Amino acid sequence: MNAWLRHHFQSSLRTLGRLLSTPVGTALNVVVIGVALALPLGAYVLLVNLQTLGAGFAAQAQVSLFLDRIAASDDVRSIEDRLRREPGVKQVRFVPRATALKDLARSANLAEVIGALRENPLPDAIIVTLDGNDAALAERVSQMARGFAKVTHVQTDSDWTRRLDALIRLGRTGLALLGVLLSLALIAVTFNTIRLQIVTQRDEIEVSRLIGATDSYIHRPFLYLGGLLGVLGGLVALGLVFAGLLFMNRDVATLATLYGSQFRLEALGALDCLAFLLFSGLLGWLGSYLSVSVHLQTVD
Amino acid sequence: MANAPIISFSEVSKRYPGGYEALSGINFGVGAGELVFVTGHSGAGKSTLLKLVAAIERASTGTVLVGGQNVSAMRRAAKPFLRRNLGLVFQDHKLLYDRSVFDNVVLPLQVIGQSMKEASRRARAALDKVGLLAREKANPLSLSGGEQQRLCIARAVVNRPSILLADEPTASLDQETAASVMEIFRSFNQVGVTVVVATHDLAAIAQLQPRLMTLSKGRLA
Repeated sequence: MNAWLRHHFQSSLRTLGRLLSTPVGTALNVVVIGVALALPLGAYVLLVNLQTLGAGFAAQAQVSLFLDRIAASDDVRSIEDRLRREPGVKQVRFVPRATALKDLARSANLAEVIGALRENPLPDAIIVTLDGNDAALAERVSQMARGFAKVTHVQTDSDWTRRLDALIRLGRTGLALLGVLLSLALIAVTFNTIRLQIVTQRDEIEVSRLIGATDSYIHRPFLYLGGLLGVLGGLVALGLVFAGLLFMNRDVATLATLYGSQFRLEALGALDCLAFLLFSGLLGWLGSYLSVSVHLQTVD
Repeated sequence: MANAPIISFSEVSKRYPGGYEALSGINFGVGAGELVFVTGHSGAGKSTLLKLVAAIERASTGTVLVGGQNVSAMRRAAKPFLRRNLGLVFQDHKLLYDRSVFDNVVLPLQVIGQSMKEASRRARAALDKVGLLAREKANPLSLSGGEQQRLCIARAVVNRPSILLADEPTASLDQETAASVMEIFRSFNQVGVTVVVATHDLAAIAQLQPRLMTLSKGRLA
């Protein structure tokens, strides 16, 4: 056990020494790996943000019921009571036509135009907020509302959130494919980097085999090298994505303000960053393992 | 042969890809503690014979036993453990020229996980035995041909192997240096190490009166 630990320690030290002895080559390799990883990582971060944005809107999925102008307050109460009893309905809110007109005048800067109207053209409305963004629930509530007397029109406001959800699902599939492709690219980059390193250490490998070194012994320093290159490349990728978010957030803030939102692109959390670094290290390790294994098959 | 064979060949042939038959129908045994010289012209099969013992090559037919293990059917994973019990000396030395003399000798001990303190002590003892202790910090490139060969021997014996195999160790050395290298082999043999040396340099071994095996066109004469 001591011997095993000792060799791990020696291998890691030797690997660090090798990396530091060729700083330019090491930096270039790390940048190549970092850029390859930054693409899927950046896409993932954007997708997570889009999902958060969609979830925020989805929580407010609504069904709007527009009432006949002859609807009395008893009719409104009756409709409200029936809606409140329906499972999945979170909130029922009556919006009188006068309030709707005031809101319209305020939000669309149409005060002058609306002031010129002889009468209020808007109907009374009941806004039903649903629990979540369940399409089947929204459809059921809409169907029920269409059956109520004094309801002239029913509008489901959750359609676009479902479209956004479908788009996010599509994006996630695309991202998974992109992730797989770029992971393969990273493994290939590490494979080739380690292959070049093997060429420079071919004599050492041959001599080591002849004096009784096991395959594990020969693998070890290269595995450290591959893993370390992967982790360093992962750090570069995280840096690139964080920098990208900083730049993008200026424009996102401007756009969000126009919609009255405080939305900003969020970076990955500490745990996610750690998981990502482990993953990139693992890919580097795998590329290195394959490279050395292929070489060892050619040695006795 | 006084002792039970530590190396034994039984109807061994070796045919390389392309059809060239380097060894054919070889039968012999080497007892523990013996000093054996395998002689023959270039291409007679001497190197192939040593490679079969060290499991660098696999016999096409027949059985090669080393220390009771069937080397001709040995799995790849088992080979390193066989080689830790062998000392290999090569004609081209196979030294690492980006490391010092000391680092070359200490390498086999690092491979088996020896502590640095013990490894250093044994590496210096091996260098002392071949007369290179004063050059331990030098680069092998700064050594003469004879010194490089002695360094190769020190690396081969630092693990205290029971068998020492040497392939043409005096090929590029002058007569006096060659004789001193052969003397080193004899000194290891005298402390119980089985030594098998492949050479065509009969002059260098004339003084030693060893057991001789002569190969000719892949067959034992």
